[in-house]
Amino acid sequence: MIKDIRTTLLDERKSLSDFYNPQVLINMGPSHPAMHGTLRVMCRVNGEVVEDATCEIGYLHRAIEKLAEHKTYHQWIVYTDRLNYCSALTNNIGYVMTVEDLLGIEVTERCQWIRVICMELARIIDHLICIAINALDMGALTCFWYLYHWREEAYSIIEAMCGMRLTTSYARIGGMSYDLPDNFDSMMTKFLKGLPKSIDDVEKLLSANRIWVDRTKDVGTLTKQEVMDFGLTGPVARASGVDFDLRRDRPYYTYPELDFEVVCGVNGDVYDRYLVRMEEIRQSAHILAQCVKKLPKGPLWVDDRLIKIPAKQDVYNNMETLIHHFKIFMDGIHVGPGEAYNAVESPNGELAFYIVSRGGTKPWRTRIKPPSLLLFQSFEYSMKGAKIPDAVSILGSLNIIAGELDR
Amino acid sequence: MTLFDWSALALKILFVLGISFGMVPQLVWFERRGAAWMQARVGPNRVGIFGLMQPLADVIKLLSKESFIPAAASRFYYQLAPAISAIAPVAAMAAIPFGSFLIIGEHKVPLQIAQLDMGILAVLAFAGLEVYPIMLAGWASNNKYSMLGALRGSSQMVSYEIALGLALVSMLLIYGTLDLNTMVSYQDQSLLGFLPRWGVFLNPLACLIFLIAIFAETNRLPFDLPEGESELVAGYHLEYGAGKFALFFFAEYVAMMMASALYITIFFGGYALIPGTGWILNLFSTMLSPDMFQNLLALAQVASFIFKVGCMMFFFVWVRWTLPRFRYDQLMHLGWKLLFPIALVNLMAVALIIAWIGV
Repeated sequence: MIKDIRTTLLDERKSLSDFYNPQVLINMGPSHPAMHGTLRVMCRVNGEVVEDATCEIGYLHRAIEKLAEHKTYHQWIVYTDRLNYCSALTNNIGYVMTVEDLLGIEVTERCQWIRVICMELARIIDHLICIAINALDMGALTCFWYLYHWREEAYSIIEAMCGMRLTTSYARIGGMSYDLPDNFDSMMTKFLKGLPKSIDDVEKLLSANRIWVDRTKDVGTLTKQEVMDFGLTGPVARASGVDFDLRRDRPYYTYPELDFEVVCGVNGDVYDRYLVRMEEIRQSAHILAQCVKKLPKGPLWVDDRLIKIPAKQDVYNNMETLIHHFKIFMDGIHVGPGEAYNAVESPNGELAFYIVSRGGTKPWRTRIKPPSLLLFQSFEYSMKGAKIPDAVSILGSLNIIAGELDR
Repeated sequence: MTLFDWSALALKILFVLGISFGMVPQLVWFERRGAAWMQARVGPNRVGIFGLMQPLADVIKLLSKESFIPAAASRFYYQLAPAISAIAPVAAMAAIPFGSFLIIGEHKVPLQIAQLDMGILAVLAFAGLEVYPIMLAGWASNNKYSMLGALRGSSQMVSYEIALGLALVSMLLIYGTLDLNTMVSYQDQSLLGFLPRWGVFLNPLACLIFLIAIFAETNRLPFDLPEGESELVAGYHLEYGAGKFALFFFAEYVAMMMASALYITIFFGGYALIPGTGWILNLFSTMLSPDMFQNLLALAQVASFIFKVGCMMFFFVWVRWTLPRFRYDQLMHLGWKLLFPIALVNLMAVALIIAWIGV
């Protein structure tokens, strides 16, 4: 048996080193400019055409799910930042939503609005990054800078909200770590005024650009059926015509009160994904504008003293509150036995958390359902028969984030 | 040759080499600042005034690094490739005139290193050499990505050279000469009274084809497939570092400069004065002796030549930071199925017109 494998391997090696055999093994990644993060694809190429490909994952595996079993519910929020680091806010909120479901509490109205704002900001950032990197991989560096400028502006808003730019850890179970800053309205108005201009600029540079259209049209096409077979969600699925968006179809927080459209494509190729993302940025900006208008005043935290983190003012002036604060952070919030599954529409698709609790301050088991993992499955399929540059553009359009893929 | 001729030749060689070697760092700076300007960034602005010394610092950094040769590389060819890549475009510059002539004492000094009566062929021959370093580098580095880059590069350059050659032949029919000086003096006249008789107005289609072809020849975006940064990592010069990489880098810019100079000479009047600036010179015509006036004219021609090349370089930078990259098969499609037939038809049309109505 072992001998057989060895002889086949040797034969294969011989044929590959044969000068006249046009098939060459090429190893893309884990360190390759187009393999965002640490993805690895082994391809058998014939000239430029990828005849066969195998993807390997796990280069960024940090056992985040296992770590959850040894952290209190609050302590694990920082780990969610490191899943899809382009949209840390969505991960924070998706996780605390699940814990709140487990606790059976509902956050206040103001908190819900703030969370919607956060998630839409994260969506804008994530889509900006995806389009920018996709364009960069195809050689259009200027678009990258135009879009990244607004990503930085969005990060500045987030910084004003929670003091962090990339790894936010903004959400807390039952509330948010800080309320919105005083100048939030003016910052947001400025942002919403400038962003569409840049988006228009990039559209002018790309949408009708013959080279860009040639590079993206009919590249990496996934039909509606294929998308459903792979279980893809998010912009990639919508680009193929799957009209599915958790914000509308399984509404959470204040999305039912907001006016927005679910953007769908037709062809499911890289070009449609680009267009869907562009339009989703506009829709998100539209949602943000509504949120700023509708944002109610009121309490930020749930009225439950076992969950609410006491205000610093009280902690420093009141002995009992100090002890309570200490207990919440050192011991943790006590969650009754049960299980909860909750999904949010993250920028990349359906991001879900599944938590099983056997009581106590730590979950018994936590699982993440990352959209990137499913997207990466389809990459192998759509890469076969494509050319090397196509593979790069397909990967860019799927927007796979290694942190979320490998967890 | 007399001592005077020798020293004149040496000075001219020094001038051209100085321009091409000295301009490359400035071009790199220009490219980076230009890119930054287009992308709403600042760009290098720390070393020297306006960051002008930045490329020099880069060169020093590159040259002082360890010159590493991969163990599996073919040593001789590995080192030969960057040398050829730097020499070929510089050699091609020798045949391009950058001014008419100076009169020094009794001597007439043409502002061109090599006065060849078939100068254009020499330029093309040296420019054609540029495909060898890419092939050699790709093959000798013994790296699959480099090899793919070399394959892309060599096929791209060979295919676009055909379109380039055909566009050029149509211009040669119009000018009726292979001598670049004669071409320039042909263009230094007016067309229909208000236009300069530049190649671009005589045959705009050939001008466009030639432009696309030189982008492909110099491996600049949107034709930078041999490098294909995000696909082939760095393509043919993936295994090169330190001084050898600097040579490739240098060669890219010299090739750009050479291509621009050739393009200017064939289609934009070469060193002929920029239209509308002749009257400034004429103010001096009465003040100066004819010899001195010729010298002044020659200097003005050099200046306008450099200006035109500079505009062309800006165009190179502009395009690079605007367009995405082609895919390999699309590039071949464009080269063989579009440019080649168009260039052929254009050539036939020009030939017929010349046969009927003469030049």
